[in-house]
Amino acid sequence: MKEKKRHLIQALAALAQNAHLTGFFTGQIYQGDGKHVCVPGLNCYSCPGAVGACPIGSLQAVIGGRTRNVSYYVAGTILLFGVLFGRLICGFLCPFGFVQDLLHKIPSPKPKVPRRLDRPLRWGKYAALAAVLILPAVLTDPFGIGDPVFCKYVCPAGTLEGGIPLLAHSAALRAAAGFLFSWKLLLLVAVLTASVLVYRPFCKYLCPLGGAYGLLNRFSVCRMEVDRTACTRCGACTRACKMGVDVTGNINSAECIRCGLCARGCPTRAIHYTCGKAVLGRDAKRRET
Amino acid sequence: MRAQNWATAAIFIAAVALIAAGLRTGEAAEVAQKAVNICLECIGVG
Repeated sequence: MKEKKRHLIQALAALAQNAHLTGFFTGQIYQGDGKHVCVPGLNCYSCPGAVGACPIGSLQAVIGGRTRNVSYYVAGTILLFGVLFGRLICGFLCPFGFVQDLLHKIPSPKPKVPRRLDRPLRWGKYAALAAVLILPAVLTDPFGIGDPVFCKYVCPAGTLEGGIPLLAHSAALRAAAGFLFSWKLLLLVAVLTASVLVYRPFCKYLCPLGGAYGLLNRFSVCRMEVDRTACTRCGACTRACKMGVDVTGNINSAECIRCGLCARGCPTRAIHYTCGKAVLGRDAKRRET
Repeated sequence: MRAQNWATAAIFIAAVALIAAGLRTGEAAEVAQKAVNICLECIGVG
């Protein structure tokens, strides 16, 4: 699949998840029934355009709520998305992933993160996932309500999609913004700047949703497959991969966002998308015969 | 069926069961309750 086609799908997915366009002009968030349902990507439910609920925000809200410390509905939704699509969601449906993709297109030096730094940092997304699952349940106020710690102190998507548009419309919110907003704005600028230099730093190192989908990548129905009979082990796929996946070694690694760069880079067209028993892509016919 | 396919099927069933359990206990309404109001923590104000 061509990059332009993938970007078109990303743009349409971002639009579909933020279809309440009038919200961007009025500063009012959508309050309809769609907010009962979690969207697949990291998309803040306080974004004026959001028509669904952010799975990470929802998970923390339920776990940190007064009535329960365990979430069935949101955890089940994340599991369902993950087992069907894995990190295909990161590559095609996540609005914040799309933002990072676009920023990385800005011409600039693209330094390679040294392996000794890159490898341990990749665990960050699992640490963030653990924090999302545990901290709202244990760090509670006297009323038994826990803070959505990741959203409150880290999530740059919330600042970009919710914080900036809402503060632009509301003098009251601007007056209330203090050190916390400055911190989150600083983090957002750092993530966006890093995205110009390094491919998807937030997805690689910090995203708890990417961590959850990554754990399910090897079990997902939609996945990537290497045709071993066509593969010459030239390594072009691994060199093409911007997520640092050893494509021929472990194509369904937790790091693979199914962007398809490896398939495009393969000179023998040995790499394919598969969905259950269906082989997708223009060479699917050859693959099936 | 390969072991991996069994695992996929098991996770799928678990996911559907969890969603059903959550819906039954009114969790979706709790999610909506949070999502229809501006989350001050999420936007960096609260």
